[in-house]
Amino acid sequence: MSPADIRDVIIEILEDIAPDEDLSSLKDDVSFREQMELDSMDFLDIVMELRKRHRVQIPEEEYGELASMESTVTYLTPKMADI
Amino acid sequence: MYDTIIIGAGMSGLAAGIRLAYYDQKVCILERHTTIGGLNSFYRMNGRDYDVGLHAVTNFTPKGEKKGPLARMLRQLRFKWEDFSLSPQIGSRIAFPGCSLDFDNDIRLLTAEIADKFPGQVDNFQSLCDKIVDYDDLDQATFEISTRNVLKETISDPLLIEMLLCPLMWYGNAREDDMDWGQFCIMFRSIYLEGFARPFKGVRLILKNLVRKFRGVGGELKLRRGVAEIKVDGDRAVGVTLDNGEEIEGKRILSSAGRLETLRLCEDVSEVDVRQSGQLTFIESISILDREPSKLGNDRTIVFYNDSEKFDWRPPADDLCDIRTGVICSPNNYEYGPEDGKLDEGVVRITTIADFDRWNNLDEQKYKIEKLNWYDKSVESAVRFVPDFRGHVVDTDVFTPTTIRRFTWHDKGAVYGAPDKQLDGTTHLSNLFLCGTDQGFVGIVGSLISGISMANQHCLRD
Ligand SMILES: Cc1cc2nc3c(=O)[nH]c(=O)nc-3n(C[C@H](O)[C@H](O)[C@H](O)COP(=O)(O)OP(=O)(O)OC[C@H]3O[C@@H](n4cnc5c(N)ncnc54)[C@H](O)[C@@H]3O)c2cc1C
Repeated sequence: MSPADIRDVIIEILEDIAPDEDLSSLKDDVSFREQMELDSMDFLDIVMELRKRHRVQIPEEEYGELASMESTVTYLTPKMADI
Repeated sequence: MYDTIIIGAGMSGLAAGIRLAYYDQKVCILERHTTIGGLNSFYRMNGRDYDVGLHAVTNFTPKGEKKGPLARMLRQLRFKWEDFSLSPQIGSRIAFPGCSLDFDNDIRLLTAEIADKFPGQVDNFQSLCDKIVDYDDLDQATFEISTRNVLKETISDPLLIEMLLCPLMWYGNAREDDMDWGQFCIMFRSIYLEGFARPFKGVRLILKNLVRKFRGVGGELKLRRGVAEIKVDGDRAVGVTLDNGEEIEGKRILSSAGRLETLRLCEDVSEVDVRQSGQLTFIESISILDREPSKLGNDRTIVFYNDSEKFDWRPPADDLCDIRTGVICSPNNYEYGPEDGKLDEGVVRITTIADFDRWNNLDEQKYKIEKLNWYDKSVESAVRFVPDFRGHVVDTDVFTPTTIRRFTWHDKGAVYGAPDKQLDGTTHLSNLFLCGTDQGFVGIVGSLISGISMANQHCLRD
C-alpha cells in the first residue's frame, strides 16, 4: 500500500472509532490525542483494527508511533508495503 | 473451545462480550436468569413495564463531548450518541431538614446553591473540585484513602459534608459510613460534574442495543445457563460446568458474578471469607400515579433526602429497613424530546436501605405483609420531602433484597457489591478475571466501562 492508501485505511478506522467526529479537517501533523481527545483505549483500538483488517502486528512498545497521522503513516509504510 | 467465557449478561458482561466478539474472538456469555440485565433489568407486571434499577443514567455528557466515561464507552462499543437516546434531567435536590441544595447537569447550579446556603464554604468547595479534577489514576493505595478525612480537611461545615456525600453514597458506595476516595471522585464526577439522563424507553433500550450489537458481531448468548463450577487445573481455569451438568471449555474466563461469588465457583476454593461481602441493599417502592408528579407539585428528577443533619450510610440497626434516608425518583421529570412525548403514567420510585438477613428470614406470609408495611412507611417518610402523592396511586410494586438476590445471585443482595474492590480484576487463577461491580465500577455506565476495560486489559492482548 502507498502512504496515501494507508492514510485512507487510518481514516476509515478513525471513522469507526469515533463516528461523531468530523475528520475532513484532521491535521496530519497534530497528535490524535490533542485533536480528537483519543485516550489509551482508543489507541488500543487502532492497533486492534489494523490487526483485524490488515493482519498488521504492532508490538506494545511501539504503540507510541501512532501519535499523529503523519507518524502513523511513516511507521506503517514499510510494514504495509506488500499488502 | 471458546476464547473467552463470560459469566453474567448484565451491563459489564455484555460490554466485555461486544469488545471481544468484535475483535473476532469466539465468545460465549452464560447467564443463569431467563433474561439479560442483571441488577438493571426490566419486567412486566399487571400490564405495565417496569425497570428494575434505572433511576438515572449517570455520567451524562451532551453529544459532541469527547471526554468522560459516556463518550469513551460509546466509542469503545461503536455506538452512536443517539443510540442511547438520553434525555437530560430537569433538576434534582439534596433535601435535609431546613436546608436543601438543588443541582442539575451544570455544576454552576450546585456552586450557586452552595454560595447561597453555605456562603463561607464557596472557596472550600472550589478546592474540593480542584482535588477531584486532579485525581486521575486508580492505583489501589490512593483509591482507598478515607473520603471523610479528605472532606474534613477541605470543608469546615459538617452539614455540607453530609449533604454532598448523600447522593454519592446512595449511587455507588459499597462501604459503610465512609467511602473510598477513588469511588468518591468517580461518583462526584459522574453526578455533579457530568449528570443524569434517561432514555425515554428506559433500560430496555440500552439492553436491547447491547444484545443486538453483541449478536451482530458474532457473540453467543446463552440464557438459563448458570455456571455451577469453574474447572481448575493448577493455576488455570480450564472451563465451566453448568447447572444442568453441561461442560464448556474456554481459554479464559471473565466473571461479573461478584468476587466472592466467583471464588466460590472455583473447584479449588473450599471456603470464602463471607465477612468480606457487601451489606448495603435496598427495597424499592414503586408507585404508579394517575397523573404526572409535576401536576402534584413535584418537578424534581431525583430527591435525595435525609431527615437529620447526620447522614448514616449503613444497614438498618434493628429493623427490616431504615427509612431515615432515601431516594425519590420521578422518571417523568426528564426533558424528553418531541419525538418521545410523555410517559403514559406518573411514576415515583422510592429507594430505602434494607437488611438482607431480616428480609430473608421472613416466612412467605410475613414477607408479603412486610412488603406492604414498608411500602407504606417508605412513602410516608418520603412525602416529608416531596408533595404528598398518596391520593393518586393506581398501582404499586415493591422489591426487596431477597428479590435482588434471587435474580442476580449477589451475596446479600448487595447492590454495589463488596466494599473492597479488585481494581485490576485479577484473581488467584492466571486466566480468571473479574468485571463489573466488584472490580470497582458501579452504575450503568460504570459497569459498561468495567467490562470494556477488563476485556481490553486481560482478554484482548495476546
Ligand atoms: C434498585 C437498583 C437501582 C439502581 N439504580 C441505578 C441507576 O439509577 N443508575 C445506575 O447507573 N445504576 C443503578 N443501579 C446499579 C446498576 O444497576 C449496577 O451497578 C449494574 O447494573 C451492575 O452491572 P454488573 O454487570 O456489574 O452486574 P450484574 O448486573 O449483577 O450482572 C451479573 C450477572 O451475572 C449473572 N450471574 C450471577 N451468577 C451467575 C452464575 N453462577 N452463572 C451465570 N450467571 C450468573 C446474574 O444473573 C447477572 O445477570 C441500580 C441497581 C439497583 C439494584
